[in-house]
Amino acid sequence: MDAIDSSLVDWSRAQFALTAMYHWIFVPLTLGLGVIMAIMETLYVRTGREFWKQTAKFWMKLFGINFAMGVATGIILEFEFGTNWSNYSWFVGDIFGAPLAIEGIVAFFMESTFIAIMYFGWNKVGKGAHLASTWLTIIGATLSAWWILVANAWMQYPVGMEFNPDTVRNEMVDFAAVALSPVAVVKFCHTVTSSWVLGAMFVVGVSCWYLLRGRHTDFAKASIRVACWFGLVAALLTAHTGHQSGRDIALHQPMKLAAAEGLYEGGTSQGLVLGGVLTPGVDWAAPTEQNRFLFQVEMPCALSFLATHELDGYVPGIRNLLEGGYPLLAGGVVLSAGEKMQRGRTAIAALATYRTSRDAAEKQVALKTLRANFDCFGYGYLKSPAELVPNVPLTFYSFRIMVMLGGYFIALFAGLLLLGKYIMRWKWALLLIVLTTPLAWLASQAGWVVAEVGRQPWAIQGLLPNVAAISRLDVGSVQTTFFIFLGLFTLLLVAEVSIMACAIATGPETDNTAA
Amino acid sequence: MLFGRIVKFYMDGFRRMTLGRTLWCIILLKLFIMFAVLKAFFFPAYLQGNEQEKSQTVSEELTNRLISE
Repeated sequence: MDAIDSSLVDWSRAQFALTAMYHWIFVPLTLGLGVIMAIMETLYVRTGREFWKQTAKFWMKLFGINFAMGVATGIILEFEFGTNWSNYSWFVGDIFGAPLAIEGIVAFFMESTFIAIMYFGWNKVGKGAHLASTWLTIIGATLSAWWILVANAWMQYPVGMEFNPDTVRNEMVDFAAVALSPVAVVKFCHTVTSSWVLGAMFVVGVSCWYLLRGRHTDFAKASIRVACWFGLVAALLTAHTGHQSGRDIALHQPMKLAAAEGLYEGGTSQGLVLGGVLTPGVDWAAPTEQNRFLFQVEMPCALSFLATHELDGYVPGIRNLLEGGYPLLAGGVVLSAGEKMQRGRTAIAALATYRTSRDAAEKQVALKTLRANFDCFGYGYLKSPAELVPNVPLTFYSFRIMVMLGGYFIALFAGLLLLGKYIMRWKWALLLIVLTTPLAWLASQAGWVVAEVGRQPWAIQGLLPNVAAISRLDVGSVQTTFFIFLGLFTLLLVAEVSIMACAIATGPETDNTAA
Repeated sequence: MLFGRIVKFYMDGFRRMTLGRTLWCIILLKLFIMFAVLKAFFFPAYLQGNEQEKSQTVSEELTNRLISE
């Protein structure tokens, strides 16, 4: 057996996480701000008032800055697939390639065509055509997100494929199952609606800054009104899709749910931890005499309801998932981690036999063995069941940060809609809103941390752990590129924030006469 | 003539850009860094050869891999 340095796994993950998190600074703002500026242009077309045109144009300008800064940051992720994650890239085959290719084509043709009309066509095409271009630009960006999220959802819940041992690739046998997988649909809805919340927070934050400075007040109040309605609806939808997402995780990635809840010992009628502090230094993969929480506040039976839609439903904890033996709703008993690891090793050995044997009968037996055990293929790379436990504190706290901030955004949007005329006079409240605007990014990134850290050690759930997915590179070269990216991304971010801040300081060209 | 009008539309648009010029400069610089520097020097294609050779390499990797202590 050839050994892989565990620090190579860590550095490869760190580099990918850095690139993905940097990319995700821009994407949600594009998706959220895009819809808001389109709504404002729709108001212009419907009312014919110049005020809304200038309002839409201002937010379009900030959209353009963000779009330009974010463009191509995702390409580095694709470079990393080819270089750092070559086994993974080959193993996923066309399942990952097809959605990414569609995303590229849609992004290129739809966005690049209509974005040009949106920016260059104000006095050259009719109002209706311009409005259609604005909406098609943001629909194109959202459709691009769909295909990326389809690819990500497949990694969390691999469906619609068959493993071909001759090519060592998973081949798509059901495009609809991949493109419309329930996990992909929910992930898309949750991600897009949460991006709308981020866009709304950005508009509210910038507008509150104008109110604080006593500039463009009518513009700011009108923008806050639109953004708050949009943000409130989006935040409620995000909460609803988050609930759906929790149900998906309970069904397909129960270890992620157990980590997010700090649930070691499962059972029926499980409570949802609303808030709490984990005991530092606890080994989450082994029994302990220590209490795993320093303190916790629970909502009784809520976790059972979230996971099973029954108040007394059974939710497995980390120990149950490692030891197995509990009954499934669909019938049968869950295998222990040890049994899955054994089946995984059998599958890997069968693949090796199939690939090397020249005896047709032996190959046939190996193929049959591989197919029978393929669902546990990835478990064969694990040395101990403990490797199946993700970073519990990071997953637990990220989940709570995301949910608590979601609650804050709902309260903020509702508060501004109900009590806006008072709040907009309180300087401390305006300052608080401006200062808390970046929390929208924190919530969004925390959501991805739950999704991606919580599914460790898997690159593809159950089929390929990171240790088997990465390329055998020199650790030093991965470290070097990590720090190069860190420097490059920091520079680009400083450039973006500077240009954005300049554009905000200049302000809109409205005559400050509200509609 | 439609093609000509489209070209004129884009040329006028690019000519009238103000902030857009800075943004395009940043985009082009970024693309240059990504493709001419990062891709060329830091991201070689790890798998080499034809499809069969690549599948053989991955097969060997997947059937012989183990994490070190």
